[in-house]
Amino acid sequence: MSAAGAAGMVLQVAATAAGAPLVVGGMRQVRARLEGRAGAGWAQPWRDLRKQLGKQRIDPAGTTVVFAAAPFLLAGTSLLIAAIVPAVTTASPLDPVGDLFAVVGLLLVGTVALTLAGIDTGTAFGGMGASREVTIAALVEPTVLVAGFALSVPVHSSNLGEIVAATVGDPGRVASPAAMLAFAALAVVVVAETGRLPVDNPATHLELTMVHEAMILEYTGPRLALIEWAAAVRLTVLLALLANLFVPWGVADAGSGTVGLLVGLLAVAGKVLVFAVVLAGVEVFLAKLRLFRVPELLAGSFLLGLLAVTTSYFLAAPG
Amino acid sequence: MSGPVLAAVLAAVTVLACLAVLAAPSRALPSVAGAGAGVVGAVGVVYGVAAISGGLAPVSVGWLVPLAGLRLAADATSGLFMVVTGAVGVVVGIYTAGYAAHGHMGRTPLSVLPLFLACMLGVPLADSVTTFLFLWELMALSSLLLVLAEARRREVRDAGVWCAAMTHLGFVAVLVGLVVFAAAAGAEGFPELSASAASLSPATRSAVFLLTVAGFGSKAGLVPLHAWLPRAHPEAPGPVSALMSAAMVNLGIYGILRVDVTLLGPGPRWWGLALLAAGAVTAVYGVLQAAVATDLKRLLAYSTSENMGLICVALGTAMLLTASGIPAVAAVAMTAALVHLVGHAAFKSLGFLAAGAVAAATGLRDLDAFGGLAPRMPTTTAAFGIAALGASGLPLGCGFVGEWLLLQSLVHALPAGGTMVALVMPLTVGVVALTTGLGTAAMVKAFGVGFLARPRSAEAERASEVGRAMAVGMGLAALACGVLAVAPAVLAPALSRVLPELPAGAGTPQPRLGALLRLPGVGGSMSPALLALGVAAGVLLAFGATQWRARRRPAPRTAELWACGGGALTARMQYTATSFAEPLQRVFDGVLRPDVELAVTHYSQAPYLVAKVTYRSRLRDTVETSLYTPVIRAVAAAARIARRAHMGSIHAYLAYGAAGLIVALLVAR
Repeated sequence: MSAAGAAGMVLQVAATAAGAPLVVGGMRQVRARLEGRAGAGWAQPWRDLRKQLGKQRIDPAGTTVVFAAAPFLLAGTSLLIAAIVPAVTTASPLDPVGDLFAVVGLLLVGTVALTLAGIDTGTAFGGMGASREVTIAALVEPTVLVAGFALSVPVHSSNLGEIVAATVGDPGRVASPAAMLAFAALAVVVVAETGRLPVDNPATHLELTMVHEAMILEYTGPRLALIEWAAAVRLTVLLALLANLFVPWGVADAGSGTVGLLVGLLAVAGKVLVFAVVLAGVEVFLAKLRLFRVPELLAGSFLLGLLAVTTSYFLAAPG
Repeated sequence: MSGPVLAAVLAAVTVLACLAVLAAPSRALPSVAGAGAGVVGAVGVVYGVAAISGGLAPVSVGWLVPLAGLRLAADATSGLFMVVTGAVGVVVGIYTAGYAAHGHMGRTPLSVLPLFLACMLGVPLADSVTTFLFLWELMALSSLLLVLAEARRREVRDAGVWCAAMTHLGFVAVLVGLVVFAAAAGAEGFPELSASAASLSPATRSAVFLLTVAGFGSKAGLVPLHAWLPRAHPEAPGPVSALMSAAMVNLGIYGILRVDVTLLGPGPRWWGLALLAAGAVTAVYGVLQAAVATDLKRLLAYSTSENMGLICVALGTAMLLTASGIPAVAAVAMTAALVHLVGHAAFKSLGFLAAGAVAAATGLRDLDAFGGLAPRMPTTTAAFGIAALGASGLPLGCGFVGEWLLLQSLVHALPAGGTMVALVMPLTVGVVALTTGLGTAAMVKAFGVGFLARPRSAEAERASEVGRAMAVGMGLAALACGVLAVAPAVLAPALSRVLPELPAGAGTPQPRLGALLRLPGVGGSMSPALLALGVAAGVLLAFGATQWRARRRPAPRTAELWACGGGALTARMQYTATSFAEPLQRVFDGVLRPDVELAVTHYSQAPYLVAKVTYRSRLRDTVETSLYTPVIRAVAAAARIARRAHMGSIHAYLAYGAAGLIVALLVAR
């Protein structure tokens, strides 16, 4: 464990925690402008969080400790993921603690906590959102692991830091067909995991079409603030991970000094900004898919992942 | 203690326990039965630990089994299975003391319980074909008696018939396979078989492999031989289901490990591929059925089938990699199989004990009638929550380490395996991932719909917490789950002795299950303990963050739920287990093939107006209906034809006897 790695880890957790609402705000602003609205400004999510945190907490009748604990578990796992993934530095001291499979598992733990909270309310909407969320999460799983498989084969490691570090050392790998296929597959995964269009509409107001929002209908005040913030952290971390897996340049490593870490921070912030703007821009032109069309999208991305693995094998195999 | 002493103690304790249960006064029956099973289990744990430590001399008792004699030997592999079985036995024993006090189990099943446990402890000890088959059959018969504990109900009798038929078909396959093996090798002791296995013809070896895998697979619940498992395990009383699902199915894996991997192996590559394919199909099919099941115990039974499938995937991978000459990764796959086996025993025994506790408190098994148990049965709810976390294979649960190891072995098998491996491994990763995802869905459904929200029936409304003995039993199992989840290092000493005995692990560096899991030849690491600490730290940080502006908040208050302004919600408006699984059922419609009946009645005067819509959807096991029904029908038809020969005339029967005698004489001449 290097001091630079530890400093980088603290830096990326702090930056994600502070910057995640801004990413969401920025995406909303881009959408608003493209749709011809003025928009609320990129700092609006932070203003919302501040307001929510000052509000009274309301406990829905009949809920148990699961409902109360779920936001904390969601936020806790999201922060841990923010500490593990190579966003600012590839040398996070937590990198050997959790590899790609563990990170995917932690994401799922957060999702499960929220679905249980949705069921715990005992309303039709809570159960509906939980059922849909779990269905999507179950079908996303094969894609993300197979795409991760494709990425870890050339590096002989599934630890994210090592994958990113290896890509920095061998830039040609990014342009390989395997990496591109894996990128496409993972991009679909990020969209599905974070509940963006076309899988889920984060801006919907109609309960019957909701997925993520239906589970959290009963949350108010500080708990709602925590959930919104954790969801933003997940989106930001996944975008940063996607960016660094395929465009790793600028990321700091174990030998970086203060300047290296700052460069790493600026680089990842810039990359996340670009990815977020592109994602928001694409969303303007998309409508939400019917729930039962989502499996087709995910099956397609699974096939891309599978192709990524087989190409990485056949292109790597001599002769 | 030496081998003979331990074997004698185990036999004596078993006999004493059975007799004590038969002789105990009615009031003391639950405690005596619980203590009996617990002591047998404890002896099994001691025996197993001694076996893992090594140096136990083989036991041979010539007079006990006619012609062949009883031969027992314990190596570390046997020891591991004995420790697992014994530990499940201890937990189940304590739990039974409380469960039987509810009057759910009669004297006969309680007296069979120690015998069943002892047979399961004995199977891994067997060192010759005769001894193995003898103990295997005794185990099957005693399990059948236990399944039939509530034989007054029709479903139980049906389950008993399925269990008996499938168990014995499996037994026949194992019997024929082992007899062919012994005949070809000219000896029946396991050491002799092992020595001469390599000199057998490939056709004989493959035949033995297929027969024994089919037989052992039916015990482990591999598709398509799983049909008895989701019938028999749910119909047995709670403690028995726990023993069957957490200990008995393991012995199917033990059979494959002992006979096919160790004695016959290392085999050609297609053996590994065949086992892998069977495991993969089982895992996906089992988890899919679990995801749409509405009976809690049936769900758990299908999940057992799923996990045995995953273990077979790991075993198959290990065999394939051994045959392909990648021993280091093969050792990882074998470790994955063993770690997952132990983890599964922990969380599945806990799951069935908690399900049994709910059944004892409410008389219910149907998830659609559950709900609201968390405030009424907090201990049971917590226990089931821990079990469900383990069963879903998520981090912080005790199923995660095994699945992580399996994924690592699959990922790192690629470079040296050839085209076949390159195609099989990513698909298998997809299968394992889909299994994890659907398993999570199944467990969210079981825990969320079953224990959270509001009661959907009067029985669930009236539920109350179970007694202390059952709580202690579940607590011990939960403790085991917790330890295995964060500190798999406790398994390291045992595994370091087991692996060298298996072809996959001999002569290679072993995976290091320390605080940080490090694997030889694999650049991947993970630390379950630090992950748990990290989540805890993250939760604390999040809690700290919500303290911002906490002072100016008004005091929290309780409010009604959002009902779209339509008045109060009732419990009927909640999602049920069926509705929760509906999206998955629709996605996998082609595999599950539900029977759907939709009848729309129109008004006679106005045909465009609908008067009534009737909708009924029923899910059955597709494999069972499409594979077993024709077979059963054919057998019944054959029986009808055979019945014609039995016309009740004594002359005809005498003629049959004479004809039979003549044929026998002609053949024997």
